[in-house]
Amino acid sequence: MPDGAAPVLDVRGLKTVFRTRGGEVHAVNSVSFHLKPGELLGVVGESGSGKSVTMMSLIGLLPSPPAEVRAGQVLLDGRDLLKIDANELRDVRGAKIGFVFQDPMTSLNPVFTVGSQIMEPLIRHMGLTKAQARERAAELLALVGIPDAAKRLKDYPHQFSGGMRQRVMIAIALACDPDVLIADEPTTALDVTIQAQIIELVKDLRQKLGMAIVWITHDLGVIAGIADRVMVMYGGQVVEQAPVRQLFSDPRHPYTRALLKTIPSLHGARAARLQAIEGQPPILNAAPVACPFRARCAHAHARCETENPVRRAVDGLDVGQGHDVACHWTPEDAA
Amino acid sequence: MSAPLVQVRDLKMHFPIYSGILRRRTGAVKAVDGVSFDIRAGETLGLVGESGCGKSTVGRALLRLYEPTAGSVVIGGDDIATLSPAALRAKRPMMQMVFQDPQASLNPRMTVQAIISEPLDEQSDWDRDRKQARVLELMDQVGLNRRFANRYPHEFSGGQRQRIGIARALALSPKFIVCDEPIAALDVSIQAQVVNLLEDLQDNLGLTYLFISHDLSMVRHIADRVAVMYLGRIAELSPRDALYDRPLHPYAEALLSAVPEPDPSREGARQRIILQGDVPSPANPPKGCNFCTRCPKVFDRCRVEKPDLVEVEPGRLVACHLFPAITKSSLAQPGGTEATEPKQLGEVQ
Repeated sequence: MPDGAAPVLDVRGLKTVFRTRGGEVHAVNSVSFHLKPGELLGVVGESGSGKSVTMMSLIGLLPSPPAEVRAGQVLLDGRDLLKIDANELRDVRGAKIGFVFQDPMTSLNPVFTVGSQIMEPLIRHMGLTKAQARERAAELLALVGIPDAAKRLKDYPHQFSGGMRQRVMIAIALACDPDVLIADEPTTALDVTIQAQIIELVKDLRQKLGMAIVWITHDLGVIAGIADRVMVMYGGQVVEQAPVRQLFSDPRHPYTRALLKTIPSLHGARAARLQAIEGQPPILNAAPVACPFRARCAHAHARCETENPVRRAVDGLDVGQGHDVACHWTPEDAA
Repeated sequence: MSAPLVQVRDLKMHFPIYSGILRRRTGAVKAVDGVSFDIRAGETLGLVGESGCGKSTVGRALLRLYEPTAGSVVIGGDDIATLSPAALRAKRPMMQMVFQDPQASLNPRMTVQAIISEPLDEQSDWDRDRKQARVLELMDQVGLNRRFANRYPHEFSGGQRQRIGIARALALSPKFIVCDEPIAALDVSIQAQVVNLLEDLQDNLGLTYLFISHDLSMVRHIADRVAVMYLGRIAELSPRDALYDRPLHPYAEALLSAVPEPDPSREGARQRIILQGDVPSPANPPKGCNFCTRCPKVFDRCRVEKPDLVEVEPGRLVACHLFPAITKSSLAQPGGTEATEPKQLGEVQ
């Protein structure tokens, strides 16, 4: 990946809060990250860790109320997306940033043909005529590996299988040649053999088109095979961020370390017992004043109760550039 | 680990398709189409496959939550598939089920106490105190705090709800439990807690499990033997280590190679078998081998003749023409062709 290139997307100190009858839920707490051109950033975390809410906050996809983006900057080409109005934001969505959602059945409109759904952004954002859009839509369907593309434009979503629908979603997201593609658990609803097909497709498209990708998942296996860099989220915060090989070979945060140990392996020695992470994920009903992982952490000490750790570099590079972790403990403490 | 507790022979579960104005029966979805296997007492048989392959249907038909179309399911000496309703009811305590979605399988209007004691209400004539004591004992066993007995399911997290479901399944001291994707709805960090609990319970209570899952690495952890299903039939049934070290059936091989692994260097070096296309519809399975439309090693015979599940190496059963049988399989009833409708049961409904 080009080092030192200016990031296409730069997110700083993003805070998103949901206001509910039961009080506020602090779903995203000071999340910062950037995305370089052509890079694939993996975002890992369990449900409720804030990974999807973070990405939806970026482009105003959360319903407000109850959601409220309370602080932060989202810089795309130097423009702050949190400051622009709804119309301008609509020009960004679909044109500059494409989005692929988890469930391809519920994110495609069942009463429109697949063709008209691919043509819509082309006509809206790129000003193509219907005929041009139809031609381009057929090209896109062929690009994502759907056989007999021109004919299938007239089909409805229910006439496609799950994997094929996800290919259609990817075609829509890529329609306007976006700089950034955000894929929110794009393979979670699919079977493993179909997942393998989609992953190969995305790898292939990346080489052809060169867009930067944010890939959200809870599956560390998928991340290992596809990401350049990984961001681990827990309790609405980034707890660790590193190049992919470093994250797997030298995880620094106790949560990342525990997570890697808890997954049974497909090869090698079989553990007699799985290493569980005891306890439950935190309830985020207040702004964090302590480490969100402290209750489940094997290395928690007094400081973790009173001070929420900030991200610090592990390898001497600036935070966000190399390997960083938000933890008061270091593995060297244990040695 | 000796005599089989569960013996399934040529189990078929076809769901009729009705169409037209007269709602005439025009076909059938062959969700399970001739499945045979044994589960030995005390072992865990893993049942893996992709969505729609019929693995959950096998689990449900085994406990006769569906009326099987054909075949026999002998559990502890009785053929579950043909028992009269009264005899089946008497048999229920020994076989139970843990469901996938703990949110949907617990009644939101019942307290934990009421949920766990419901099987006791149905099957025992115990008095209230005795049932109460048993509920609290079960809550201890599955790691739920006794003080939560009067709470409702929504007050619990996913992992805790699954513990409630497990306690309910244990209430009548069953011998055999069908675990239908018990961890699929849970987060990674919680999955290990539930799997460890299931293993502890197996050790302490001598349970036998059918563990249905699409998570191949978790099945490697928990199962002793593993059956791989594809489109309503078993493709391969092998001891765990043999299957994972050297899968024989081309589908088992492709399935295992498709699982992403949390190891970037291994992922980079990996030769992945990418299967083309999608699973055919079980209403209209291909002639010949079910896998012949996607198999990378397909040849002419596969398109005309269905392979039987036969023993191809000691302890390994494979349904593929590439692997000739070494013995006459112990699972005598071959299953497969429409002609061999078993005698015990005609078509129900």
